[in-house]
Amino acid sequence: MRGSGARAGTPVRDVWITIAALAVATALIKASGPLAFGGRTLPPPALRVISLLAAALLAALVVTQTFADDQELVVDARAAGLVAAGGALALRRSLLVTMVSAAVATALVRAVT
Amino acid sequence: MRRRELAAHVGPGARAGLPLAAAGLLLGISFGVVAEPVMGQVAPVVMSAVVFAGAAQFAATAVLADGGSAVAAIVAGILLNLRFIPMGIAIAPSLRARPASRAATGQAMVDASWAIAHRGEGRYDIPYMVGATLVQYPAWVGGAAIGVLAGDVIGNPENLGLDAIFPAFFLALLVNELRAGISVAAALIGAALALSLTPFGPPGVPVLAACAGAALGLVRR
Repeated sequence: MRGSGARAGTPVRDVWITIAALAVATALIKASGPLAFGGRTLPPPALRVISLLAAALLAALVVTQTFADDQELVVDARAAGLVAAGGALALRRSLLVTMVSAAVATALVRAVT
Repeated sequence: MRRRELAAHVGPGARAGLPLAAAGLLLGISFGVVAEPVMGQVAPVVMSAVVFAGAAQFAATAVLADGGSAVAAIVAGILLNLRFIPMGIAIAPSLRARPASRAATGQAMVDASWAIAHRGEGRYDIPYMVGATLVQYPAWVGGAAIGVLAGDVIGNPENLGLDAIFPAFFLALLVNELRAGISVAAALIGAALALSLTPFGPPGVPVLAACAGAALGLVRR
């Protein structure tokens, strides 16, 4: 996260309002799908869409968390981490090794640049 | 599902959740470190306990750190959580219980658990997802506490490359999802949509829009 160094404290009230509102909103958002569509058998085309949702969503999370800095597209040290992770996965390493490789690669690039 | 059958799925889910919990712990620590200067020692831990949504927490904290209002922080957090609506619809056909129970089960949705509980063809192993989340929750909350207390020792989590853990983790989950050519295509469309919309929408919206990549399932084969 960038720009988080400001120690000039956020008003305490704002902090707690944010936390309370996000707790309620997140719970409602997470409950909405199961409440609205739970227990129903969806038609086959809907199920085919659902079966592809994880792939589309995960791919989007990978690229935005690697190449997005707020609304800007950037290639920075995180890209090295992604390459390292891809290498670990190609070598069929465990999830933990994959994540640690990414962190180490990113840290190394940051250290030398 | 009967109780014994339920336990038979929760257990393996919890075991599968252990490496996810390790990742959650590291990310939880980095959240505690970056949140402490913004909101003090108690609030970051409470936030992790009651919001329990990493991306939203980081985003809301970043807004507050930059001097933004509570409303702006809340909106940023909500935008990043909107993906849980399509994710919730995805698990809905696998949920047979009564509404209150379904709403409660929905709370166990976190990206990683949701992804590893996918059994293909739109089916989700719900007890497995719950088991995986149960072990990640204490790691996430405990991580925040560690980060808050040890922030001065840890320094900037970015120097340790901790922010690269999440994309690596999602990449690993993605590889498991690429069962067929059509899922590769959906992933490519999702990635392309998210990247191309990044300059135009606030964080969270591009990821939500990327769900449209799944509409490929409507194409007749």
